[in-house]
Amino acid sequence: MIELSQVVKTYQAGLATPFTAVDRVTLSIPAARLTVFKGPSGSGKTTLLTLIGCMARPTSGRIHLHGLAGAALPHLAPTEALEITSLPERFLTAIRRRTFGFIFQQFNLVRGITVLENVLLPTYPTGEDPRAVEARAVARLESLGLARHLRSSVDRLSGGEAQRVAIARALINDPAVIIADEPTAHLDSRLSEEFMGLMSEFKDAGKTLLITSHDPIVYDSELADLVVEMRDGRVVSET
Amino acid sequence: MRPPLQRYRNILDFALSSLLRRKGRNLALISVYTLVVFVIASLVFFVQALKREAHELLAQAPDMVVQRMVAGRHDPVPLAQVEAIRSIRGVDEVQPRLWGYYYDPVFGGNLTVLATEDAALAPDAIWIGQGVARSMRIKEGDLIPLRGYDGQSTLFSIQKVLPESSELVSSDLVLMAPKDVRALFHFPEGLATDLAIQAGNPRELPTIAAKIVELYPDSRPILKSEILRTYEAVFDWRGGLMVVVLGSAVLSFIIFAWDKATGLSAEERKEIGVLKSLGWESSDVLLLKFWEGAVISVTAFLTGVLLAYAHVFFFSASLFEHALKGWSVLFPRFRLIPALDGYQLTVLFFLTVLPYTAATLVPSWRAATVDPDAAMRS
Amino acid sequence: MIQHPGILALLVASGIVSLLLAAAGWQGFKILLGWDLRSGSEMQLDLERRTYLVSTLVANALLIQILSLFLFIFTAEGLHNQFVGAMCAAGSLAVNAYGYPTLLMKVATCLLAGVWLVLHRADTQGYDYPLIRPKYLLLLVLVPLVLTETWLQLSYLTGLKADVMTSCCGSLFGQGRQGFAAELAGLSPRLMQPVFGGTFAALLAAGFLLLRFRRGAGLFSALSLAFLLVAVAALISFFCLYIYELPTHHCPFCLLQREYGWVGYPLYTTLLGGATAGLGVGALSIFRSRESLAAVLPALQARLAWSTLILAALFTLIVGVWMLLSPLRL
Repeated sequence: MIELSQVVKTYQAGLATPFTAVDRVTLSIPAARLTVFKGPSGSGKTTLLTLIGCMARPTSGRIHLHGLAGAALPHLAPTEALEITSLPERFLTAIRRRTFGFIFQQFNLVRGITVLENVLLPTYPTGEDPRAVEARAVARLESLGLARHLRSSVDRLSGGEAQRVAIARALINDPAVIIADEPTAHLDSRLSEEFMGLMSEFKDAGKTLLITSHDPIVYDSELADLVVEMRDGRVVSET
Repeated sequence: MRPPLQRYRNILDFALSSLLRRKGRNLALISVYTLVVFVIASLVFFVQALKREAHELLAQAPDMVVQRMVAGRHDPVPLAQVEAIRSIRGVDEVQPRLWGYYYDPVFGGNLTVLATEDAALAPDAIWIGQGVARSMRIKEGDLIPLRGYDGQSTLFSIQKVLPESSELVSSDLVLMAPKDVRALFHFPEGLATDLAIQAGNPRELPTIAAKIVELYPDSRPILKSEILRTYEAVFDWRGGLMVVVLGSAVLSFIIFAWDKATGLSAEERKEIGVLKSLGWESSDVLLLKFWEGAVISVTAFLTGVLLAYAHVFFFSASLFEHALKGWSVLFPRFRLIPALDGYQLTVLFFLTVLPYTAATLVPSWRAATVDPDAAMRS
Repeated sequence: MIQHPGILALLVASGIVSLLLAAAGWQGFKILLGWDLRSGSEMQLDLERRTYLVSTLVANALLIQILSLFLFIFTAEGLHNQFVGAMCAAGSLAVNAYGYPTLLMKVATCLLAGVWLVLHRADTQGYDYPLIRPKYLLLLVLVPLVLTETWLQLSYLTGLKADVMTSCCGSLFGQGRQGFAAELAGLSPRLMQPVFGGTFAALLAAGFLLLRFRRGAGLFSALSLAFLLVAVAALISFFCLYIYELPTHHCPFCLLQREYGWVGYPLYTTLLGGATAGLGVGALSIFRSRESLAAVLPALQARLAWSTLILAALFTLIVGVWMLLSPLRL
């Protein structure tokens, strides 16, 4: 479970007036459920995701992770609430690596290297045994139907295939939370349904899912347990 | 604690693949870098090799040479001094030397004429050095006239041209019998140009020198170590001078490197943002940048050093021998003996790789601290 | 000034080190002033980013400083022909009053920078930047030391005049002469051998105490520094005699030459490394009460202590073997 209280994120640098992307958001995100964030662009949903996903620090407010810290901070019991707001980058990154998997709107695959190498990227800094990691990656890619593209360059893939590579990459460290930003924006209806099918599988596996979307296929889906609507950095409604 | 070794290897792999993906930009950088290393390395090797040559040659030179001074200028030494000097304790051998400079107006160079008692020298014959043979365009068997101080020309036959291996010392040398030397220079009997002294224990040379001056206050003893020191100082000075001049080239290179490193393209920025969002820390990206810099530096350094080595030792540093060897008409041609040691390489490293690394530190850091949410914003 | 490429390299290096550390010090100063971990303001985030810059700068500066320490000695060695009376680096360094102080200052800055990096390592392991203040305060001490060293080196190098008479190691490090160096050389082996052995044994004992019972970190640290000093004195007074196979040759620099197998390098490296690790142990134990360090400090100190012990043992092994194999018998 992820708890936000009075979280604010303002951007100051280089701007004449500070811009508040997230304005006093207080929210409880349930574990093992799908939460959809809905709202126009500029409403702060993407920023909120970066804050939840330990990618950025809030300007003020607190974020607590319950039961998700894992072994990142050995001195804390695994079920204790972990407050991530004043952790040094090193710890934040360690938590993020273990706990969160990101699927970007633009997929953000690194061009010029193979599919397999892309999927392995998050594991490079951990120094894990390369054979074990590669086996995991191959298994995941196979389960997503990408086995024959293992050594191809990512430039040759279709939109749907590229997204599945992004998904495989997000899952390489077996995170508890999956965050997807506008995942169906570049997909047709059939692929969008396929995507939601995948999400259903992950939810059944006990993962917490956070998705931002404009797409009714996503926010109207019966899979969605909580729909949070945002506007101008504030939460407008929760259903 | 993360197992460190595998992490280094992983990031090194990625660094290599990154460099290869941006071949164009990195090639330009490596080329300039290699050039800078090449030029400085050539200089350092060349100066070092010359110093070694000087050392080795002077190893055969006499420990001390005694000259006589009159009114601050060099004057012939009376042979009578030989016995007195020989009797000084510690002196092994005193050899009077007879030599002088002969100026030939035809080709405008100075020859060094040296008397030799070598029995192989035929009467009215001379042995000449390679430089003399080249500039006067004469060879074995030819006859040349040498004009003495009395205005008379004497004909000498070239019996032998001294071998190339001795060029550094003998290039401008003309060896002839003592009586011919005396005749040529109108050199009076009973005098020699200077005295060559060999001592049993080199440590006693300063003492011996002091005693000689005591005996003959108008004499000037010159120790081999002093000659060596002077050569070294001159080579160092000349080498250092050029390095300072090149400093401006190195400086421009530094600015170039800084510029290349700071100019993070939007694409690169995005890529680093993606890496950070995938779980790479700033210290991981710093390591990545470090590896990239190290690979570039090592490549440029090794290539530059190898090219410089070839340049100096196979092509005799043709690019700048003139500035370093001195200006004279009789230019000895000689092969430098290859010599490479850790000290020179370390000095080169300091003069090239260190400034490059220092210049790229801040840009690397800027790259490494790109925010991960730069990946989210497209 | 003698325009030797080695001298130019040294000047370049010390210029760079000064620049890097001055920049680091400036950043450190800004960080000290504005640091507030609880705040999420952009300034705080920026300061946290800058901590990476400082550690990168200091790490690079340390690396360069260590290299330049050896280059300094080697250059002094190479220049000895220029000075009447100098037979090795010992003489070159004595040409003017700045030579030896430069050397000592270089060693001191290397040790301090090493300790700083140990503190930094510990700091990154704590979840709330526990050592941020002590670290940057130490940095502010390090910076003027480095600047002083640069100035000393510059004075030394510009003050090198070829016509000055200087002494060779025989007279500088000869027994029965005046001067500190001579006193070191004059220390009788009969005295120094047990002193060295005793210090080494005490170090091992303190190490055992620290590793097994987690006590006596300060004692261990002090002993590792003592070991450095005693080892150098012992080296000059009798170890090197076995290496040179001459009962009167006490020079500490000739060890670095090829003819003695460059044995000086491993010897001095082990001593410096061991002292740095040992000092690190002591520095860390000052902060053992900080909560976020409680979990990580013992492991870190243990690793450092092991490093010190292994390096000290290596040193003793090398000189011991040399002593046994040397034909010299005192």
